[in-house]
Amino acid sequence: MAISATRIAKRLSGVLSQSFSTSRAATASQLTVRDALNSALDEEMERDETVFLMGEEVAQYDGAYKISRGLWKKYGDKRVIDTPITESGFAGIAVGAAMGGLRPVCEFMTFNFSMQAIDHVVNSASKTFYMSAGLIHVPIVFRGPNGAAAGVGAQHSQCFASWYSQCPGLKVVSPYSSEDAKGLLKAAIRDPDPVVVLENELLYGTSFDVSDEVLSKDFVLPLGKAVVEREGQHITLVAHSRAVMLALEAATALAGEGVECEVINLRSLRPLDEETIVKSVIKTHNLVTVEQGWPQCGIGSEICARVVESPAYHYLESPVIRVTGVDVPMPYAKSLEIACIPQPHDVIKAVKKVLKIK
Amino acid sequence: LLRDEIKIKTEMLSKIVRAVVTQSQSNKYSAWSGARSTASLMWTDFWELSMRALAPFMTSVRRGGTVTEATFQTQPYKLHRLDEPPSTTSICSRDDALLFYRQMQIIRRLESASSNLYKEKAIRGFCHLYSGQEAICVGVKAALRSQDSVITAYRDHGWAYVMGCSIVSIMAELTGRTQGVARGKGGSMHMYTKNFYGGNGIVGAQVPVGAGVALANKYLENGGICVALYGDGAANQGQLYEAYNMAKLMSLPAVFICENNGYGMGTSVDRASASTNYYTRGDYVPGIWIDGMDVLSVREAIRYCIDYCTSGKGPLVLEVATYRYHGHSMSDPGTSYRTRDEIQEVRQTRDPIMLFKDHIIGADLVTADELKKIDNEVRKEVDEAVKIAKTDKEIAVQELATDVYLNPVETTIRGTTPFDPYTHRRLSKVANLH
Repeated sequence: MAISATRIAKRLSGVLSQSFSTSRAATASQLTVRDALNSALDEEMERDETVFLMGEEVAQYDGAYKISRGLWKKYGDKRVIDTPITESGFAGIAVGAAMGGLRPVCEFMTFNFSMQAIDHVVNSASKTFYMSAGLIHVPIVFRGPNGAAAGVGAQHSQCFASWYSQCPGLKVVSPYSSEDAKGLLKAAIRDPDPVVVLENELLYGTSFDVSDEVLSKDFVLPLGKAVVEREGQHITLVAHSRAVMLALEAATALAGEGVECEVINLRSLRPLDEETIVKSVIKTHNLVTVEQGWPQCGIGSEICARVVESPAYHYLESPVIRVTGVDVPMPYAKSLEIACIPQPHDVIKAVKKVLKIK
Repeated sequence: LLRDEIKIKTEMLSKIVRAVVTQSQSNKYSAWSGARSTASLMWTDFWELSMRALAPFMTSVRRGGTVTEATFQTQPYKLHRLDEPPSTTSICSRDDALLFYRQMQIIRRLESASSNLYKEKAIRGFCHLYSGQEAICVGVKAALRSQDSVITAYRDHGWAYVMGCSIVSIMAELTGRTQGVARGKGGSMHMYTKNFYGGNGIVGAQVPVGAGVALANKYLENGGICVALYGDGAANQGQLYEAYNMAKLMSLPAVFICENNGYGMGTSVDRASASTNYYTRGDYVPGIWIDGMDVLSVREAIRYCIDYCTSGKGPLVLEVATYRYHGHSMSDPGTSYRTRDEIQEVRQTRDPIMLFKDHIIGADLVTADELKKIDNEVRKEVDEAVKIAKTDKEIAVQELATDVYLNPVETTIRGTTPFDPYTHRRLSKVANLH
């Protein structure tokens, strides 16, 4: 099954405007992920005066990816703060601000740069509530784009889902749709614990259908709950972030061949909604995980391990297969980069192998 | 009684002469010198130490009784990008004299008891002792107001005490028992209370975090400052410079204090830092060097800082020269990189508690008997705390799954196998809930 190069190019540049979400409720409008995040920030800053945004270029530049467009103009220097290019320092400052009575949203221009500040995310933020036996809480949100983008090379393409979701004390979300983005970011800001929000650059420009409910100022999604994007009875596909789009595309193609895939959008990585996955596998008896990150110790590995340890194991008719990014640093050349990220044909191949069909 | 006074002063002078002569024979001056000739160092030491010992007591001395307050000279400060120093005099009330003495003795005793407990294996892992540095935490706290905050690194027992943790809770935390500050879940390096953000294990990390607390103070307009402490070892960390930069840009009410005790673990300051003038390391951030063995000098310096920072002038970098008697931690004897003579010399001539005692007795603020009484009380209190710390129970094993999150999403936490999950529980009263 050949996938045209143009379709891939369109997808990679994030211009795709077709919605793949099968959201319930009457569709009222279209909303890009960018606008969803922007309105989430705006609404939460309006609602709570202690919420503020800090990061590189978030204020006067309107955000490196324009996520914070218009916020500095509306809220001013006090609440939208441009930082120098010093992640370790400003992440630490954000943690201190959270300890001292504020609710900072600390933006990493991409999560690759969070490695410079990861000590603050893990040691200063996520462990403090526990180490203090619940005396000091750190209501902070670390957000920014995560994972592969388009042609940005190895140092700018890493997926940090595994690293952060491993840490107790943190909550980690990875939105896919605009509904996810808005609801999860708002929930993250309102949450009194440290939350890492792993966005995706290539989804920022993607439009999704959203209901009126999503557009309301109090729309929040529960952390730790996955959503079934598409129901099916033959096999379960579990994905997060951009890989959800990939899984849905594969599901659409497979449906044409009579294979009905159930697609689960994780939304949260920690806590991981094991219940929804197990329930689905018990129904379909087959599981393929889909992610863009590296295979070793990836999200798919965790899902597989959990399913094997659960009652769903006895319902599996085939081993669990993971579809992941290729186990190399991300190359720059276009055809290589495409080959390093799973494509619909990879998912389709995995499904057919698992279901033992040609 | 006049004879007594002369006796005390003569003793002090002979101690000083002895010390200066001994010191000139050793090569190390650690925190107390720059690159100058031995003769010049000897003279400076003699002068500095004499000034301290013979500091003009401008008191109305009443023989046979005590006065309600006395004025002392503070130790000379060194300034960086500042024109006015902190006050050259400090008025100490009788109550303050008794309080500061008591606090320093408690910390000294507490650390000594911790050392013994560690040797008995009742304390495990890390234990970094503050003995010798007491004047800093007592002096700083004396100037702070209720809206001010403190954050420090792992040499935090003294800070935990002055910020409000009881002796029992500190010792029980060291032994990992229920009555510990963090119910035994934190340990030596992780003690917290209201406006005291630990207790941090990662060298240098507490400094930008402290700048962040100062940001919150400014944002919330609560008039508070944040004092962020670090050692001479941490003073070279990159994140400190990132913090200084942002604190200066945003005019944060942050006071960054380097507790320079001359050694970063086993590495002397000259081997670790290309510039050992830590109070100038903030560059565009003004700085002050303070004699950290004089509690009143520290107090006056912090009063100055509070004035400075709360008038929107931004951050300050302080270097407080001090000394630690113990090694870096309990696993370090502290004698492989410095001589026993050096340690002895400081104990005999510059011990902060001894110096303060001499001051306040000499000024008739207190009597020697009163201080002796305090010594006994302190000993008793700490001994009782040690007893409790040794006999108190550890928290129930199930409590390892408590307070991982303030707002837990899942009710269970995976155990070592999937077969016996723990139940997440919320137990604590949060000190900084917002």
